[in-house]
Amino acid sequence: MTNTIEIDSVTRQFGRVRALDSVSFAVPEHSFVGLLGRNGAGKTTVMSIMAGQDRPTSGNVTVAGHDPFEHAPTLAQISYVRDNQRYPDDYRLHHVLRIAPNFAPNWSPEVAAELVEGFRIPARTPIKKLSRGQLSSVAIVLGLASRAPITLLDEPYLGLDVTARAFFHTVLLRDYEDHPRTVVFSTHLIEESASLFDRVVIMDKGRVVLDAASDEATETAWVMSGTTPAVTRLTGNAQVLSTSTVGGLMSATGFGALDSETRELAQELRVQIVRATLQQLVAAYGANDAASDRKEEVRSA
Amino acid sequence: MFTGEIPIYQQLADRVAEDILAGTYPEESSVPSTNEYAVFYQISPITAAKGVNLLVEQGVLYKKRGVGMFVAAGAREKLRVKRRAAFSERHIAPLVHEARLLRIYREELDDLINQEDSK
Repeated sequence: MTNTIEIDSVTRQFGRVRALDSVSFAVPEHSFVGLLGRNGAGKTTVMSIMAGQDRPTSGNVTVAGHDPFEHAPTLAQISYVRDNQRYPDDYRLHHVLRIAPNFAPNWSPEVAAELVEGFRIPARTPIKKLSRGQLSSVAIVLGLASRAPITLLDEPYLGLDVTARAFFHTVLLRDYEDHPRTVVFSTHLIEESASLFDRVVIMDKGRVVLDAASDEATETAWVMSGTTPAVTRLTGNAQVLSTSTVGGLMSATGFGALDSETRELAQELRVQIVRATLQQLVAAYGANDAASDRKEEVRSA
Repeated sequence: MFTGEIPIYQQLADRVAEDILAGTYPEESSVPSTNEYAVFYQISPITAAKGVNLLVEQGVLYKKRGVGMFVAAGAREKLRVKRRAAFSERHIAPLVHEARLLRIYREELDDLINQEDSK
């Protein structure tokens, strides 16, 4: 499988803040990739670099074989809608729909019309007066009706109601058959979109902490729960991302294959081991860092 | 629609296999396309293809180029043999484990199975 997007050791520095710190990952052609992580992890920064709207301080980005920055043929293949997309003040929906095809050579008026109707986007209300969910709907109309080979969706679900979220997935998947595309989503609604991703990239504090096929990611991640001494004993040599204890009970979320010896011992010690869901895994990576920060603060205090 | 414990592609393959065993899709009939499965279960087309391909590799489904995916002749027998091999581990082991915890002994267990069977 060829890679549509390749991010190679990308660092992005904003003044003294390092938003991306040597980030590398690849997006295979026609895959759906979830870009996950806490607020401030660097998801939007890496997206705007993929979209050619920003440049890395160092490192390389290749989209469809080119550096996307100011490269018109590459940009024509990308549909990128920011989560805080701005529109001119007096714009209504029809203005947006009239202008969008100029930037999207594969624009489908049918897909746009179907989405506008399904999302119930009000036609007469100025865009700037739309609700958060309605704004997200407009962004999805632009993202999907563009039929761009590379579709980058930054937080497409913000404020979107449950019916609209399922409708968005249905239209995307149905349109994919005749117009396959590579899609990168960033989202916090992990539980709901997890089954849509075939790959996940988890970021934390400007770094990639996990880049794997979805199935592999959750197959190798686990949650152990039982009495604190038993779980502590079992997790002794394992890569533990986060733990929580209540009373004498402990649950630990970790990553890495567990050998049969550990599993047998778990049974003996009555510790339950289950596969972690993607949501648990992302939360654990986020918490992991928060915990180590706290430790550092304590030490320096 | 799928749960977290088993990989999604595996769950899709299991469900299609069950439908074939139950006769929903008779041998030599067509099954939904990979993309139809993706839309129906709202899963990535790559994941759906992985699930369907698992059954192709097992000789349960076969592709007719440009037409679609079909149930192979002998698919039900193949699935039966495979599921029989897993029956003990998947069903008997948890049953015995639970029965032991609840102190349900062999005779009562037999009665329960007979009751269920006569429903």
